[in-house]
Amino acid sequence: MISNQAPEGQAAPAPSGTAPGAAATATAAAAPAGAMASRLRGMNVNVLREAALLPVLIVLIIVGTLVSPAFFTASNFAGIGEQSSALGVVVVGESLILLIGGMDLSLESTFGLAPMVAAWLILPVSAFGNGTQLNPYLGIVVLLVVGAVVGLVNGLLIVKGRLNGFIVTLGMTIVLAGLQNGIVKAQSLFNLPSAFGYLGSASVGQVPVSLIVTAVIFILTGLFLRYHRTGRAIYAIGGNQAAARAAGIKIDRVKIGVYMAGSVLAAVGGLMEAGRVSAVTGQQGYGEGIIFSVFAAAVIGGVSLKGGRGNMVGAASGVILLGIVSDILDLAQVSNYWIEAIDGAVILFALFLARIVGGESTAEER
Amino acid sequence: MTSTGRPALVEVTGVEKRFGTTRALRGVDLSIGAGQCLGLVGRNGAGKSTLVSILSGLSEPDGGTVRFGGSPAPRVGDIQRWREWIATVFQHSMIVPHLSVAENVFLGASPHGTAPGTVSWHTMRRRTRDIMREWGFDIAPETPCRELSVEQLQVVEIVRALARGARCVLLDEPTAALERQAIVRLFDRVRQLTEAGVAVLYISHHLEEVFEICQDVAVLRDGELVLAAPTASLGKDELVAAMVGGVRTAAGPTSPAPGPTSPLTGPTTPAPGPPSPVAGSPPGAAITEAGATVPVSATPGAGDTAPGDTAPEATPSAGTAPGKAAPDLVPGDVVLAVDGLTSDSARGRLAGVTLRVHAGEVVGVTGLLSAGVATLGRVVAGAEASTGGEVRLRDRLVPPGQRAAAQRAGIGYIPEDRRAEGFVAMLGVAENITMTITRRLAGRLGVLRPRARATAAAPLTAALSLVSSGPGQPVSELSGGNQQKVTVARSLAHNPSLIVAITPTRGVDVASKELLLRSLADVATESGAGVLLCTDELSDLVICDRVVVFVRGEVFTEFGRPPFDRDELILATEGLVTEGPVMNGTARAAAYNPAEEAAQ
Repeated sequence: MISNQAPEGQAAPAPSGTAPGAAATATAAAAPAGAMASRLRGMNVNVLREAALLPVLIVLIIVGTLVSPAFFTASNFAGIGEQSSALGVVVVGESLILLIGGMDLSLESTFGLAPMVAAWLILPVSAFGNGTQLNPYLGIVVLLVVGAVVGLVNGLLIVKGRLNGFIVTLGMTIVLAGLQNGIVKAQSLFNLPSAFGYLGSASVGQVPVSLIVTAVIFILTGLFLRYHRTGRAIYAIGGNQAAARAAGIKIDRVKIGVYMAGSVLAAVGGLMEAGRVSAVTGQQGYGEGIIFSVFAAAVIGGVSLKGGRGNMVGAASGVILLGIVSDILDLAQVSNYWIEAIDGAVILFALFLARIVGGESTAEER
Repeated sequence: MTSTGRPALVEVTGVEKRFGTTRALRGVDLSIGAGQCLGLVGRNGAGKSTLVSILSGLSEPDGGTVRFGGSPAPRVGDIQRWREWIATVFQHSMIVPHLSVAENVFLGASPHGTAPGTVSWHTMRRRTRDIMREWGFDIAPETPCRELSVEQLQVVEIVRALARGARCVLLDEPTAALERQAIVRLFDRVRQLTEAGVAVLYISHHLEEVFEICQDVAVLRDGELVLAAPTASLGKDELVAAMVGGVRTAAGPTSPAPGPTSPLTGPTTPAPGPPSPVAGSPPGAAITEAGATVPVSATPGAGDTAPGDTAPEATPSAGTAPGKAAPDLVPGDVVLAVDGLTSDSARGRLAGVTLRVHAGEVVGVTGLLSAGVATLGRVVAGAEASTGGEVRLRDRLVPPGQRAAAQRAGIGYIPEDRRAEGFVAMLGVAENITMTITRRLAGRLGVLRPRARATAAAPLTAALSLVSSGPGQPVSELSGGNQQKVTVARSLAHNPSLIVAITPTRGVDVASKELLLRSLADVATESGAGVLLCTDELSDLVICDRVVVFVRGEVFTEFGRPPFDRDELILATEGLVTEGPVMNGTARAAAYNPAEEAAQ
């Protein structure tokens, strides 16, 4: 349902041929039936293309079930959801930026810095805060503002300053990570107020709130990309920036907006993570190197690093896949020494499988 | 197949190629002998590109055989061996800009040095220089290719073919990006090649060129070879008829005399000697498909539209239906006022251009490639900033260099290079067409329904006879002509008060070309929009009410009333004035025409 190339509603006026006039009148009569058929056909193709990872996910679930009886249980799935939510929100942000043909490495640092700044302003001096003791809700606003400002700076440097996005965000990554440690002198902040930790720790029944929020973010972003004019402009810019400009799309504005949205989403992801582990550590984000998982999830999910191609169904399945893999590795009690090697191998394998199932649409250009 | 008894260097028999359900080639037989120049023509989608791709060893036919010199062709993909027989100079340059000429000539086949695995730069440069000298080309092997002109890049590609020892050179639309003098020189080179026994397969939309340099011509239509004959035995009408098939028998402008495909005029076949590249007299009709004088038919009713493709009610919709608000222009009002416009653009500078376009008027701007014709279009459309002067649309200043603002002001834009700027290849037809009107189509909160896009695009696709499998088909899958229609439709969709079209018919077949030009003329007459048609293709000027000729970034002269005389136009673009009624324009023309210019 949420794709970049769903059917356009109506059938074409004319099949190929040398007498378009005659063909046009013929199709006028046949239009309703033709429209239905083409719509259905289009749907099938899209479902296939978007669900490229579905077989992989099914195989993984079977493997998981065989590995451990604890795998196929509601509580385990809730656990996977909780573990993956924060990553998922960042993946949405990175996917948006990838779609316009950009890339942002600094999302991982925003993921750590934004909750750190907020927590620092909220907590008393005794807990290594700065003593302002800001209202936790205002703290969340600050968190969002930090995200927006980082995104704005990145966007201005890349779009208006016409600097290379890779290097700009690489530099920004290190600056932000430095700030994250600098303001609290490398301390970790605990005892976060419950309002601040709610998003990452609360549950509705067995379902973690973070999972619900992440799912809503995926769906809204997917619908936005599919049905909003700015969402369509994102595909146009990523697909062919010069053509989008010639069509009167305000490239700079959309791109800067996307960088900001990406960073705000990274900040929200950071808030979830902080709530989940009940702390903001100096390691959160950059220290953990989450950007690799972010890119892996997006690319496995079919978001092109060259821009203009990909969708939220794919990105979400990429996140779920990574979540299931790490869960299975935990349950199988794989030795910690080997976990990373296996994790990486599974990512490569998933990418390869998605390429086979997804066909040309997931192929890199020759 | 071909006229003479020369041995077949390249022989294609019964070649078939399918793409899904489409039969792109249906049993094509073709042979080219040493020293022969064979023209290959056909409308967009006739299968030329597929045949080129097969002949170049890039794709494998589903049936039939390709033979070189009597023995089977190398395996598809064995490009090195393939290039010993046939090498293609593609329409789109296959040159790596940051490498030197010598490196590009030997790209992928660098001569070995003494130590294993090394490259001998010395040999590479020397052999490049030798070939250049042997064929009378003068480009230094060390020059980085990014510094070369389009013509020089083409020479490098030809040299590359020769360096591999190719016995047949395939030229795919070689004149598309060349200006007149360069075309003359290209023809000299082609003759030079054939005289040396190299076979040339010449693919072009320009029938005049085929008549000028090809001994034989083959016509593809719907994947079939419908005609193969010596050019001398054919009239242009017969050729066009073969290309378009039996459908086009009605009163369309293609088949009978008037219009862009009128019969050859003047001595198109060159005098026995090579044509002298004297300024001002390139070999007549070789350059354009226009007759000596170009009759105008800008009125929609006159002469009917191209048969079959535009239903009578569909044509008006091109201008008015998609959004009701026609720009309420009164004929005669000044739509576009350009004053003292200057630019340092690399595409050709502007040195103080002043001109007006009135409501309902089609104004052609033409000149040599470097004369600033395209620059004017780009600056007016806001695709490029100017360095001075101003552009006003209906008395309102258009901010320079802001395409989005210019569009909002009401300037539609058909860019010069459709691949680069005309469409987003992976998005659908309807989405591309409506890309300029998402604001209007979107509901509250900016929600955009695919069905609304399809509905808005439908009248435009119908009016332009755009053939696609559906509104959602990615534009990348369309033929070149249909892609151009997408670009044109996109510019018409937002009901502009002014349409800036830069070389809108480049790389488009004869029938589509007429349709595109006519749709522009129709929009002008029906909605009252002005059209600024920037082109170096003189045959495009048929639809113009007025033609402004640029020389070196300035308005050189103006032709006020159609029909325009081709020869006078050509002379004017070269900066020469004939005596007589050239200055039949207006007093304005004289005013913009300082004395020193006339003296040049």
